[in-house]
Amino acid sequence: MAEFTKQDIGKLLAKQGILIAFAVFIVGFTIANPKFLTIDNFENVVRSSAILGVMALGVTFVVISGNLDLSVGSMMSFSTIVVLDLHDKLGPTLAIPAMFAMTLCLGAFIGILVGYLKLNSLIVTLGMLSAIHGLTLTYSGGKNIDIADKEGTWFAIFGQGNVMGIQTPILIFIALAALLGIILAKTPFGRKVYAVGGNGTAATFSGIRRARVVFLCYIMSAFCVATAGLIQASRSMGSQNTVGQGLELEVLAAVILGGASLLGGSGTIFKTVIGVLILGFIQNGLLLVGLDFSVQYVVTWVIIILAVWLDIAAKRGKLMSPIA
Amino acid sequence: MTDETPVLRLEGIVKTFPGVRALDGVSLSILPGEVHALMGENGAGKSTLMKVLGGIHQPDEGQIIVEEKPVVMSGPLDAKAKGIVFIHQELSLADELSVAENIYLGELPRKRFGLVDWAELEAKTKAILEKLKVSFNAKTRVGDLSIANQQMVEIARALTVDAKAVIFDEPTASLTDAEKVVLFEVISDLQEQGVGIAYISHRMEEIFKITDRISVLRDGQYQGTVNTAETDEEGVTQMMIGRKLDLSRNESHHELGDVALEVRGLSCGDLFQDVSFEVRRGEVVGFYGLVGAGRTEIAETLFGLRDPTAGTILMDGEEVRIHSPYDAIERGISLVPEDRKGQGLVLGMNCRDNMTLPQVDDLKAGPFVAEGAEIAIFDQYRDKLDIRTPGWKQLVGNLSGGNQQKIVIGKWLSMHPNVLIVDEPTRGIDVGSKAEIHNLLRELAAQGYAVIVISSEMPEVLHVADRIVAMYSGRIMRTFTSEEVTEENLIAAISGLETEKVA
Ligand SMILES: Nc1ncnc2c1ncn2[C@@H]1O[C@H](COP(=O)(O)OP(=O)(O)OP(=O)(O)O)[C@@H](O)[C@H]1O
Ligand SMILES: [Mg+2]
Repeated sequence: MAEFTKQDIGKLLAKQGILIAFAVFIVGFTIANPKFLTIDNFENVVRSSAILGVMALGVTFVVISGNLDLSVGSMMSFSTIVVLDLHDKLGPTLAIPAMFAMTLCLGAFIGILVGYLKLNSLIVTLGMLSAIHGLTLTYSGGKNIDIADKEGTWFAIFGQGNVMGIQTPILIFIALAALLGIILAKTPFGRKVYAVGGNGTAATFSGIRRARVVFLCYIMSAFCVATAGLIQASRSMGSQNTVGQGLELEVLAAVILGGASLLGGSGTIFKTVIGVLILGFIQNGLLLVGLDFSVQYVVTWVIIILAVWLDIAAKRGKLMSPIA
Repeated sequence: MTDETPVLRLEGIVKTFPGVRALDGVSLSILPGEVHALMGENGAGKSTLMKVLGGIHQPDEGQIIVEEKPVVMSGPLDAKAKGIVFIHQELSLADELSVAENIYLGELPRKRFGLVDWAELEAKTKAILEKLKVSFNAKTRVGDLSIANQQMVEIARALTVDAKAVIFDEPTASLTDAEKVVLFEVISDLQEQGVGIAYISHRMEEIFKITDRISVLRDGQYQGTVNTAETDEEGVTQMMIGRKLDLSRNESHHELGDVALEVRGLSCGDLFQDVSFEVRRGEVVGFYGLVGAGRTEIAETLFGLRDPTAGTILMDGEEVRIHSPYDAIERGISLVPEDRKGQGLVLGMNCRDNMTLPQVDDLKAGPFVAEGAEIAIFDQYRDKLDIRTPGWKQLVGNLSGGNQQKIVIGKWLSMHPNVLIVDEPTRGIDVGSKAEIHNLLRELAAQGYAVIVISSEMPEVLHVADRIVAMYSGRIMRTFTSEEVTEENLIAAISGLETEKVA
């Protein structure tokens, strides 16, 4: 047996830190509450993570291209409110495409600001976070929106239906993950997203139209947000103006937990899915062991910090280093 | 010399990376006051050996011995504290900081309460900069400096401590001749103070000018050490690559075709003015001049990265407007840029993906990237350019400097352009591969490409070009054919001593 030095352990922790931490969590939760490791609970976790997961898929594109999207939470509230409101006015068949179109417009707007005008994505999307919230409030007049006739519509299938025993939110998440995973890993567009995030100047020198790639990443993100809003609306059939509030940070946490670098150029859809599940399991575990819901906010923050630290540590191959 | 105690000794150093045995039991000693050259092909392990010395990599086996005491170098600052200073092949400066801050990074002079003593910092920096005879001052932001000046800042870092040994890894790759002279003065000063110097370069003329001994690595293995005075270029090359090198010029006497590219009265602000020239199919045109003469800027304008303020560009006799690299590539222009790390490569991407990046839209199988076709392209250029890598999956950032440069060249050759522009194409490339690349450029011309070679190395332009355009301060001074050019009249032209003549 090779001797383990302190340095080796540091290296191992840095490289596989997230998975090790996750394993420790799982063992701990299972001891605390045997219900944790059951198929029922597993399905429960995946279902409750589906909305966050769908949004994380789109944000993965944005993050790999070297940008941020902090507007997804309030954009999701917007989509949810709009589709619920239009449902009663236009009927579901028209309401859904109309809501997608409006959400994509928001995405396009951000894409133009960040991609073509080259404004800082943190500033732009942070601004959009509150701007879109304002837009939603104006749209709804600040009131909760409910579908009047909850029984007489097929709208519930996206959030409450199931196909062969698998719930639709889970199916949508899996299908979208597969589709976007293939786009990112296998198409020329995906390749360009990595290039733009990895080294924007070199991408330009290679004839890649950077602005366009960034623009399309925000369109992808908006599409995912619209899908998430649809699931949310269909599940609850009625909503407050603030359903998506705070989700942007959880989404970002999931993406970073999966191992995408905030500097851009690395990450995959598969890793993001893993990140979403890890976050879901931890939050679910905390609930099962009886921690208060409010504590979760703090824990989520701790997880983000841990993830970012391990992200840097993995790059330099040790946990602490005198140089950055 | 053998009776002196070496300042620095390496014994049986082994360093492996996944799939590569970069160093295989290398031993080496550096004496006080000597300049010790380290030579070898691209990927032979020179930089890795020096990184082990500088505390950046830990060796798997072997020992570092400073003044006969075994030491462990835990990191670059530790190495510096032990008197070993490392000047990197790849620049490692902080763009946003000033020259002074970069030079003293990690050890800024302090006042009470840990505040930085700015006055002292500036005074110390000023003294060093004076020695280096540079034109910028202590407060300049490093990001605003040219690559050559950034290299000078890197060199200045060596002068801040009482070094026992200084390692220079290809310091002259982007320096002008005047700056080289200053560097060599600095080196001989250090030498007189008894500092041992390790010097890596692919430029034979430098090696024979300033070094005392030469050690050679091949594929991570130590090949031996010779006294510089007792060998010659051929001998060293033989040790490096195990065979002789054919350096004869490829005099392909092919017919010149039509004019592929014509530039009339092109200007871009105060970068260059009223530039006119033409390049025919089958022709290699060299652009020679000092750094800052505007050659790179002309290339960038042709490639759509800058908008000209006046003048026209014609391709195959037709006026074209090129607004972006995308347009340029559409029209069959390729540019091998001068800065491989900043402009040429995505370091976190693998070799194959980097090489096919400009044509990824055209390599499709249905909606997907045709990975088989990509691998075929990669394999073809790996063999053609002799790129050393364990496979296409290797991240480009893990390749040696010269091999990275070869990836950039392969990337643009594989586009089969009409007009190929190469800017300092052989920067950091070993002698063997350099000759290969020169031959390749002439071969491409013979196949009907129009080739523009921008270079600061006179032997390079003399060797590959059919015609040479001499530039000085943003203007074309004279155009030479390969028959009429001599070293003297070329130097006269690029220093602005000769006014324009019709060639
Ligand atoms: N961090 C790394 N990870 C994996 N392989 C590496 C790493 N650093 C170097 N190598 C490999 O080690 C070998 C030696 O590289 P090194 O940079 O020392 O070459 P070099 O002699 O300096 O070449 P050049 O003249 O091109 O600069 C190469 O095959 C390179 O790919
Ligand atoms: Mg090297």
